[in-house]
Amino acid sequence: MKIAIASGKGGTGKTMIATSLAASLAPNYKVHLVDCDVEAPNTHLFLKPEVFLSSSAVVNIPQIDPDICNLCGVCVEVCQFHALAMIAEQILVFSQLCHGCGGCTLACPMKAISEFPQEVGKLNQGKAEACIKNDFGVMTISEAMPTPIIYQLKALESEPSDVTLLDAPPGASCAVVATIYDVDYVLLVTESTPFGLHDLEKALGIVSKTGSPAGIIINRDGIGDGQVEAYLAQTPYPILMKIPYHVKIAEGLGSGKLLVDIFPSLRVDFLNLFKQISEAIPTCKGEPC
Amino acid sequence: MIIIITSQTKDLDSQPNPQFGRTPYFIKYDLESDEWEALENPAQKEPGGAGIAAAQFVIDNNAKAVVSGRFGPNAHDVLRTAGVELLTFDANCTSIKQVIKSYKEGSLTKG
Repeated sequence: MKIAIASGKGGTGKTMIATSLAASLAPNYKVHLVDCDVEAPNTHLFLKPEVFLSSSAVVNIPQIDPDICNLCGVCVEVCQFHALAMIAEQILVFSQLCHGCGGCTLACPMKAISEFPQEVGKLNQGKAEACIKNDFGVMTISEAMPTPIIYQLKALESEPSDVTLLDAPPGASCAVVATIYDVDYVLLVTESTPFGLHDLEKALGIVSKTGSPAGIIINRDGIGDGQVEAYLAQTPYPILMKIPYHVKIAEGLGSGKLLVDIFPSLRVDFLNLFKQISEAIPTCKGEPC
Repeated sequence: MIIIITSQTKDLDSQPNPQFGRTPYFIKYDLESDEWEALENPAQKEPGGAGIAAAQFVIDNNAKAVVSGRFGPNAHDVLRTAGVELLTFDANCTSIKQVIKSYKEGSLTKG
């Protein structure tokens, strides 16, 4: 069973929810928490996993052999991302725009292109308390594209788990789509403010396209203007949980504590949340699957 | 010799466009024959790599010099490698006609 925790607006509490859900489920289920926010991963700051394996995320960048290349320009035409340009006597490669699709290599009639892996980030696999597997990707500073790292992070070999939680990046970009497109359920964490609502609508736009069931968690309940609730009442998406605004939570998170360590009674609420999610996934019939 | 200028619209009275990669139009001007045409920029709506696509387009149109308000780093690299002269116009050039005049007088800024 794969559950993504996304938001739209940044800073709404995705990681807070993801790590506490993981900790609440861990006593009874094998939990795998994957931090897909590779530009600014933070689940490991709370779960403090022991990283047992760190590998490279790579993009295969084309290299053109100038002795074989006849400057026909087919590669430039084929590249959807304008990562290649033909100037006078050479083909220029812009590796930061290259998506590593391999299209140019396939299309070259002279077979003049070979591919070389360029490291664009790290994939870290770790074991945290209560046997939670905590994986997180880290994009190399100055790289422009998180999506190859996210796909490679999700594809890492792992022991089978009962529940995989994916902590998504903020926003409603390619990185978010890459994280959530193939999950069984999307939890959207928001706050009842105009920014929260605006970005929640964008995130729901993606969810409606991928077709996965989804539910909402309202964080910092007590602040804001109630418009999120009014908006959601017109949609099929249920509000599953509300976390009240509380200075103690902010203070605790600031020192790396889990929400369910700040307010332990919430463990029961997270188990309840999980039950509601399982019931909403058609193939699962109320059990992790 | 062909010079290409980024332009807001399709004629010589148009204001020159401050951007290169996503300019709506290019004015392609032959300095020897004074013949010219307006070309729509194919890179304008591209999600990424617009500077490279625009530079490729300009090179394919045989420009020896390009004039805009500014050039991004990728466009800059492509055009420099191709040996195309990069020039920028200032606030005094309010029309394509004036840009061409300034070019002939040698008063455009290099780079």
